[in-house]
Amino acid sequence: MNFFTDSRWSEALAHLPDYLGNHVRVSVTALALGLAISLPLAIAARNRPIPRSLLLGLASIIQTVPGLALLALFYPLLLALASLSLAWFGFGFSAFGFLPAVLALALYSMLPVLRNTITGLNGVEPAIVEAAQGVGMTPRQSLLSVELPLALPVMMAGIRTAAVWVIGTATLSTPIGQTSLGNYIFAGLQTQNWVFVLFGCLAAAVLALGVDQLLALIEIGIRQRRRWRVAFGGVGLAALAVATLVPSLARSPSSYIVGAKTFAEQYVLAALIAQRLQAAGLSASTREGLGSNVIFDALVSGDIDVYVDYSGTLWANQFHHSDIKPRAELLAELKAILAQQKVTLLGELGFENAYALVMPRKRAEALGIRTVADLVSRAGTMSIAADYEFFSRPEWAGLQKAYGLAFRAQRQMQPDFMYAAVASGEVDVIAGYTSDGLIAKYDLVVLEDTKHAIPPYDAILLLAPKRAGDQALRAAVTPLLGHIDIAEMREANLRAAGGDSASSPSAVARWLWDKIGKK
Amino acid sequence: MTAAPPLIAFAHVGKSFDGGRVKAVDDVSLDVAEGEFLAIVGGSGSGKTTLLRLANRLIETDSGHITIDGEDVRAADPVSLRRRIGYVFQSGGLFPHFDVAGNIGITPKLLGTPQQEIAARVDELLDLVRLDRAQYRDRLPHELSGGQRQRVGVARALAARPKIVLMDEPFGALDPLTRDALGDDYRALHKQLGLTTVMITHDMTEAILHADRIAVMHSGKLLAQGTPAELSNSGDAYVGELLRTPRRQAERLKVLLPRDGAA
Repeated sequence: MNFFTDSRWSEALAHLPDYLGNHVRVSVTALALGLAISLPLAIAARNRPIPRSLLLGLASIIQTVPGLALLALFYPLLLALASLSLAWFGFGFSAFGFLPAVLALALYSMLPVLRNTITGLNGVEPAIVEAAQGVGMTPRQSLLSVELPLALPVMMAGIRTAAVWVIGTATLSTPIGQTSLGNYIFAGLQTQNWVFVLFGCLAAAVLALGVDQLLALIEIGIRQRRRWRVAFGGVGLAALAVATLVPSLARSPSSYIVGAKTFAEQYVLAALIAQRLQAAGLSASTREGLGSNVIFDALVSGDIDVYVDYSGTLWANQFHHSDIKPRAELLAELKAILAQQKVTLLGELGFENAYALVMPRKRAEALGIRTVADLVSRAGTMSIAADYEFFSRPEWAGLQKAYGLAFRAQRQMQPDFMYAAVASGEVDVIAGYTSDGLIAKYDLVVLEDTKHAIPPYDAILLLAPKRAGDQALRAAVTPLLGHIDIAEMREANLRAAGGDSASSPSAVARWLWDKIGKK
Repeated sequence: MTAAPPLIAFAHVGKSFDGGRVKAVDDVSLDVAEGEFLAIVGGSGSGKTTLLRLANRLIETDSGHITIDGEDVRAADPVSLRRRIGYVFQSGGLFPHFDVAGNIGITPKLLGTPQQEIAARVDELLDLVRLDRAQYRDRLPHELSGGQRQRVGVARALAARPKIVLMDEPFGALDPLTRDALGDDYRALHKQLGLTTVMITHDMTEAILHADRIAVMHSGKLLAQGTPAELSNSGDAYVGELLRTPRRQAERLKVLLPRDGAA
């Protein structure tokens, strides 16, 4: 298929009003908040050396925190604040999506605004400031009608930088639940949909450049004292805001939101659930690319209504149990724990997506390795790769403890790349996912965990507390329970990683429903 | 000297900078009568500009008293004090983002004068400083020559009809012709409007030509004050040195430029 006539371009385009509108909304709000905080601070601190260096130092430190981490940090912070506010004042607020994204991005925008405002104000000729005083201006009048207007070109340059940073960094707000142009990038990376990745990057770049150019027009207009330039830039920005915000505001809010974590299987299952809800006449949309630390809390607080998690993940990560129980016992206990938080464990989908040590079949056979225990004696000369979280998860500690495993080297990788890496021999072993379609594709083999060091990972369907008694929702998704086996899920995952138009999550979800709907 | 009370009176005024290390103004007592044109002459660092700024509280005195119209300036609100006193800055001090009319009308605007009245006053002042209304009203300062800028600076100082005008080396950066023309024009305005003017200059010739009385400052101290004739009788070596230059120049000019030839 021709790259340019690929149907995924039009699929990407269909999402644009929603993603772009949300992106602009979060960026504009963050920038406005950032300015509202930074400008008074800069003005207050400009002639006080100690507060000034403290302020600039703090803003610089914030700037060194990677955008993704800054955004992620705000979520638990706000969650704690929300529960405090609920306990003390009787009302809570959503710590999910918009609010943490706006706060983190506003902080991120502060440095260039602070720095340029201070530089701009201190750069105004002292003779002019004295003249303002001499003709009888109060300090406030001098600031507003002389110093700020003269500092404005320098300040605008800072605002431009801040705007470009905020628009770029806003793509990282997808994992904390804020829809943005980052949705293309995160979804595209996970499902190997390079059209989406490219589209997302281009859209964000065009938006950033467009805003930058309009702000530049205003800046030059101010510098050269040309009112029409300033007006033109202002009108352009307003038009951009209206054009991007109106379509997304006009959309009817969907009543059900299906959450998905950051990997392909989750995208497919979320699409499948949304399709089942729509087939039942309910309006539903998906909120994809949520971090696994965010998604459960988002369900508890009702920001999303339904999603698929894995029993072992909740057991070990969410509820911090280090003991490993047999499958049925673990599920029963988990159900009870979840019920305490008013979360409904509706049931299992029928397959497990567990962590497992995986290596090429031929190599394993040549070395006579069939189980994890067989690996122990050779591990000292081997390297292992896993996703970003595995080595800090209790499963890894459990494996090491149960078998006495110690590898020569450990590497962290983007999950999509580690299968290829182990197949090519770049690493010897990976901690893969049992439902991953790439295991079959690359002719890899899952090493048996004979000591049951890794807990069971049944895929389970969870409902938000407010949806516990929702019969329409239950009826729509119940046909999925127990009907997806590991072979089907692996094939679905492989299709989702296909890299063509038939591999979009919704297309794969339709294919999966065709297979299981008949059961 | 008249018997009437002085309009501006400096009494034992002192001001130091850098925590007392630099005495910019050291025990200066000086009276300016109503309607008088006083020039303060001195080299750089003599404290003359500091003395002027103390008068409208752009800086505050350390010791002594300054009274204007019998009122201690420290008892006055500094902002309304400055609105009552015209101030002409070195090289204009015009606001680069305001047009000529905006610069001239600023103090009336701050005082809440109605817009129409300000516009009429701006035109009147443009006539007064001999700038064409239609041509200059809407120009920005960077579109003006140095002399035109300084004329706007004078017009701005006069806008709120002050009794007192303080001028800080107003014509220092101008070419000799412009400087002379502007000096004569201002002297005429001073008389016409009944102003009391204190002008700072480092140029004794300029002081002699325009001022009624001259005060000489050196290292923060007031060395001498009086009419040019009174100053010639001063026994102070520095004052004598300052007067020698214009005198010598005048003699040289008499030789080099005989009157009949110039006509």
